[in-house]
Amino acid sequence: MSRGPRKSVTEPTRGYRVFQGVNGVILTLVVIVTLYPFVNIIARSFSGERQIRAGEVTLWPKGFNLTTYKIVFEDDAFWRSYGNTVLYTVVSTVIAMTLTTIYAYVLSKRELRGRGLLIGIAVFTMFFSGGLIPNYVLITSLGLKNSVWAIALPNAISVFNLLVMKAFFENMPKDLEEAAQIDGLSTYGILWRIVLPLSKAVIATMVLFYSVSFWNSWFSAFLYMDRTELMPVTVYLRNLIAGATTGSNSGAGLDQLSQAAANIQSVTIVLTALPILAVYPFVQRYFVSGVMLGAVKG
Amino acid sequence: MTTSAMTGTPPLSAPVQDPLPPLRPPSGKRPWRQALRRDWQLYSLAVLPILFFLVFRYLPMIGNVIAFRRFEPGGSILGEDWVGLRYVEMFLNDPAFWQVFRNTLWIGFLTLLFCFPVPIVLALLLNEVRRTSLKRFVQSVSYLPHFLSIVIVAGITMQMLASDGPVNHALAAFGQDPIRFIQEPEWFRTIYVGSEVWQTAGWGTILYLAALSTIDDDLYEAARIDGANRWQQTWHVTLPGIRPTMMTLLILNVGTFLAVGFEKIMLLYNPLTYPTADVISTYLYRTGIESNSFSYAAAIGLFEAVIGLVLITSANQMSRKTVGTSLW
Repeated sequence: MSRGPRKSVTEPTRGYRVFQGVNGVILTLVVIVTLYPFVNIIARSFSGERQIRAGEVTLWPKGFNLTTYKIVFEDDAFWRSYGNTVLYTVVSTVIAMTLTTIYAYVLSKRELRGRGLLIGIAVFTMFFSGGLIPNYVLITSLGLKNSVWAIALPNAISVFNLLVMKAFFENMPKDLEEAAQIDGLSTYGILWRIVLPLSKAVIATMVLFYSVSFWNSWFSAFLYMDRTELMPVTVYLRNLIAGATTGSNSGAGLDQLSQAAANIQSVTIVLTALPILAVYPFVQRYFVSGVMLGAVKG
Repeated sequence: MTTSAMTGTPPLSAPVQDPLPPLRPPSGKRPWRQALRRDWQLYSLAVLPILFFLVFRYLPMIGNVIAFRRFEPGGSILGEDWVGLRYVEMFLNDPAFWQVFRNTLWIGFLTLLFCFPVPIVLALLLNEVRRTSLKRFVQSVSYLPHFLSIVIVAGITMQMLASDGPVNHALAAFGQDPIRFIQEPEWFRTIYVGSEVWQTAGWGTILYLAALSTIDDDLYEAARIDGANRWQQTWHVTLPGIRPTMMTLLILNVGTFLAVGFEKIMLLYNPLTYPTADVISTYLYRTGIESNSFSYAAAIGLFEAVIGLVLITSANQMSRKTVGTSLW
């Protein structure tokens, strides 16, 4: 980052200029390799069946049509699963934010007796976990199957996020809290009225972390949701990919169905990724700063 | 992640870490009763989170005892009665287990071999870019796959490799016959590692770029005065500067060696590719949850978790001894 100014001190050698050229080519390739699959999938989602089969679709739709979008939009199962994803994401994020925030606040109090133990309880779970089977047995016997709680509760605290928030609270100036304490505010009052309003940045970052990970998650739902009407859109997509469902019960004609078979996956991929892609350019820097905070302090 | 310099830690303090007991700050250790009376509101806030950890993290750890007990679905989550090491012997004598064990080692090894160094190289290349706007752009693009659901990544991977996908069309352009990538066992490892690199390489550069930005410019200045060329500067200044980050991430990578990307394999594999794709975690998923052999699968899961813990502990110890970087 800060290596720019050095160039003026010594003349760049010929070898270094060659390196810069090669470096530019490599990084351009990185960008192309990263972006091409996205662009291609988007182009396919708008393309005709015949053109896809013939391999004509690269960066731009060929045989432009909205048939597949229409089929997907008319499919109740798709909308139901999309709605489920929204519901699961909101409920899970609210619970996760509540538990993570209050625990991070407690852990940020350096003078608290037993703090080391409270941190240890959390950190140990980063390195050792019960594993798939005992978790499955637990969730099943708690009767959480086929409910949003099977997704929300077992994932309520991500220890990484917890450490990020703890680091943030630790770095907050203590004067305001002390003043509020003298004014007779309870711990709950201090957290709610003083600390949280000053923590909007980290709260926004954490909400993003959690909601993106809940939006993207599929395996909990795949394990614990037996009924198709409870699937989130990621499991709907997974079943499409695995060929487990036809994806369409809209009574479309045969032509439409063969069209669908070819690129209904592309359309579903685009629609599932859409919310993430739409907010990504604006929120990317929050993610980066959140990870930095966690890495430096965690 | 803490980095303790080798000089600071006495070599024999490994098992018990109790630094400087006599000097306790006056506010540090107050009696429990006093602490409870003063901070009960803080402790009350901790109740729900602790309940979460006990029920959803520690109870499943204890639940692993079903690896040594007879378990009946619908019965107690801790099983019915002791059967000793029956299930452990069972999987140790199961050729199918050793097949998936070998597959896991292979995939874990290849993942480590590619997914660990690629972000370092990419970060070093990005670090040499002089135009900030260009650097930002490459970073933003390369982080993107990290934010997408693994289902989407798997879906994209399969579309790219489908018989009518871009890769096969490119092969056709060179006169090659189409390859049924997703059905061929010999292609699975390549596909898995490739998609893993595609998804993680960009995001993996973040910590390295942060470490690179903290390297003091004076060090480069001094190296240049000593006559070091660019390559020597990279070798003697840049790489040592990011070594703690490299070691930390290497330890973490080694710790998750056996826990290869279970979800991605679940999405990408199929019965045709089981010979190379089936790993410990997918095997225990199928035996445990699809075939209801909970105890047998729990025994395998416990085996995997213990090895993971041993791996990360030894990697941590080794790193502490050799380069002075450790997680704890």
